[in-house]
Amino acid sequence: MLEIKNLHASVDNKEILKGINLVVKPGEVHAIMGPNGAGKSTLASVVAGKDEFEVTKGEVLLDGQDLADDAPEERAHKGIFLSFQYPVEIPGVTVTNFMKTAINESRKARGQEDMPANEMLKMIKEKAELLEIDRKFLSRSLNEGFSGGEKKRNEIFQMAMLEPKVAILDETDSGLDIDALRIVAAGVNKLRSKDNAVVVITHYQRLLDYIVPDFVHVLYDGKIVKSGDASLALELEEKGYDWIKQETAL
Amino acid sequence: MAYTEEELKKELETKEYEYGFYTDIESDTFPIGLSEEIVVAISKKKEEPEWMTQWRLDAYRSWLEMEEPEWANVHYTKPDFQAISYYSAPNKKPKYDSIDEVDPELLDTFKRLGISLDEQKMLAGVAVDIVMDSVSVATTFKKTLGEKGIIFCSISEAIREHPELVKKYIGSVVPQKDNYYAALNSAVFSDGSFCYIPKGVRCPMELSTYFRINQAGTGQFERTLVIADEGSYVSYLEGCTAPSRDENQLHAAVVELVALDHAEIKYSTVQNWFPGDKQGKGGVYNFVTKRGICENHAKISWTQVETGSAVTWKYPSCVLKGDHSIGEFYSIAVTNNFQQADTGTKMIHLGKNTRSTIISKGISAGKSQNSYRGLVQVGARAENARNFSQCDSLLMGDQCGAHTFPYIEVKNKTAQIEHEATTSKIGEDQIFYCNQRGIPTEKAIALIVNGFSKEVLNKLPMEFAVEAQKLLEISLEGSVG
Repeated sequence: MLEIKNLHASVDNKEILKGINLVVKPGEVHAIMGPNGAGKSTLASVVAGKDEFEVTKGEVLLDGQDLADDAPEERAHKGIFLSFQYPVEIPGVTVTNFMKTAINESRKARGQEDMPANEMLKMIKEKAELLEIDRKFLSRSLNEGFSGGEKKRNEIFQMAMLEPKVAILDETDSGLDIDALRIVAAGVNKLRSKDNAVVVITHYQRLLDYIVPDFVHVLYDGKIVKSGDASLALELEEKGYDWIKQETAL
Repeated sequence: MAYTEEELKKELETKEYEYGFYTDIESDTFPIGLSEEIVVAISKKKEEPEWMTQWRLDAYRSWLEMEEPEWANVHYTKPDFQAISYYSAPNKKPKYDSIDEVDPELLDTFKRLGISLDEQKMLAGVAVDIVMDSVSVATTFKKTLGEKGIIFCSISEAIREHPELVKKYIGSVVPQKDNYYAALNSAVFSDGSFCYIPKGVRCPMELSTYFRINQAGTGQFERTLVIADEGSYVSYLEGCTAPSRDENQLHAAVVELVALDHAEIKYSTVQNWFPGDKQGKGGVYNFVTKRGICENHAKISWTQVETGSAVTWKYPSCVLKGDHSIGEFYSIAVTNNFQQADTGTKMIHLGKNTRSTIISKGISAGKSQNSYRGLVQVGARAENARNFSQCDSLLMGDQCGAHTFPYIEVKNKTAQIEHEATTSKIGEDQIFYCNQRGIPTEKAIALIVNGFSKEVLNKLPMEFAVEAQKLLEISLEGSVG
């Protein structure tokens, strides 16, 4: 589904990603872990198409198609979703209105008509119920005055609405207390299916107690230096990242 | 390709005025220049009574003594008042009973502007009094209004048909000598609208006037007078577009609103005059005096969406003369390229328990300058006056400017005045966030701008709000790709 081949990317001529290889198949959950500055968020941004980063080598494929020439919105239309570490505020634009615009833009890109209002409302209601989101929340301005937990839940709500093929969750656990973390993780689990895939980017193991990955990759200094199953995350938690640093230094 | 702020800036700079065309309709135009003879000739052309001619001449003589104001935060080449023709009217004089009789080319112009004179609009309940180069060419719904005793006609017609009302109220809110441009307008105004709502009558439809400037080099001097008698209500809409011209066009309108005891006037404007090209060449100078007076328990709301003009200089104001009267000002001002806007309001609290609200949203892009200038004045006898002001600015790129000049003068210690101001910027992060959700940059900007402007857009009558939203998009978006 998502295939990353020998991906190199830099910002201001400083190379951050130094040859990433990753294959994500439908129905899988991959966790990407690593110390600060390893390039985790950069990888998420590059896949989403943020043009602050320059791809110098390699490619990102979705269903075998190279995404190099696609703008961020085109990648979104094709099914890439990024849950932001720091979701931005858009004052005066309600969550509902934002979602309506996003969904209809995707439909437009696929040559479809706007979603009829009653269908949209029904979908919003269903997804809000699924994720146990208070309907009042949906008429608030996007992320304005939201708590950390509300912002992340809102990201997952958007994921539920947009039904992406590949969802990348960038540090979704940061800034969450344990209750909020549990709610967000439960939401993600409900959205998992055999047709989509989730890439969880995280610094800590604790999120992976709730979203159990099929594969764990350790990113260090712009490269995936170790891959394994869920037990790798536990090992990392126990031994710390210094263990990886020492191993790679060898 | 993804989008950077640099590209966003470029794109905003290259957005062209979409309504740049010119209608070739034969016009009856006066020679250029201004003198007592011209003033008298305008009055004669309009078949005005002697008192009106005299009133104009008084204004003209005062104007000669006055100096052009320079305090606004705008810079422009001063107009040459002797190079302007002060009267221009479409040739086909008689008014039309049906749309079929109207010059097809004119109708085509309206169509291109998206102004529909057709049944849709009528079904929507809008009576349209179109001012095309100073003379009203079409008036609809007069009959329905007539049954309620409502008068809605051109000011020239009002001067002829309802002299007692005009004589009593014209200049009562904006005196002839009020300011340089008001004096000029008083001397040479060629047309405009007049509206009178009788006691206790609620006007059943939105009254709407589309102003146009069409003749090259013709300054337009509209005069609008709206009188809401005791306990009445009216919502008045004014919308403007103009064809693209190379030379500067001067527009110096005067609008006077009179809200008698317990009356309410809502006055909404959407203004989209040619702002000049992207080098800052050409464009309309919009120097307008708009003011309303509120008697006891009366209310006046000004709502404006200003997207056009090269230079805007405009402060719709309320004189809260009566006790318990209310003044409101809701404004969105958009500037792009080299546009300059110095706009705001004055709330003059004279009566007891008077209240006023000011919500101003300034959006600047390109190399434009956008200033809010507002005065809140509380007189010595205005016990318990209250004001709330909020001025928000949104910047796009780093070459434009937003300025806020609030003036507060309070002479009564029971007054409560609040002022809030914010400045924000459309950031790359906001755009990328929208992009990632599948929303292209063009749409993202529209979404962010509409969100920012929402409090004001909500104050507009429904169908006007839709037009205004469209206008905001046109003014700020580029064609991506």
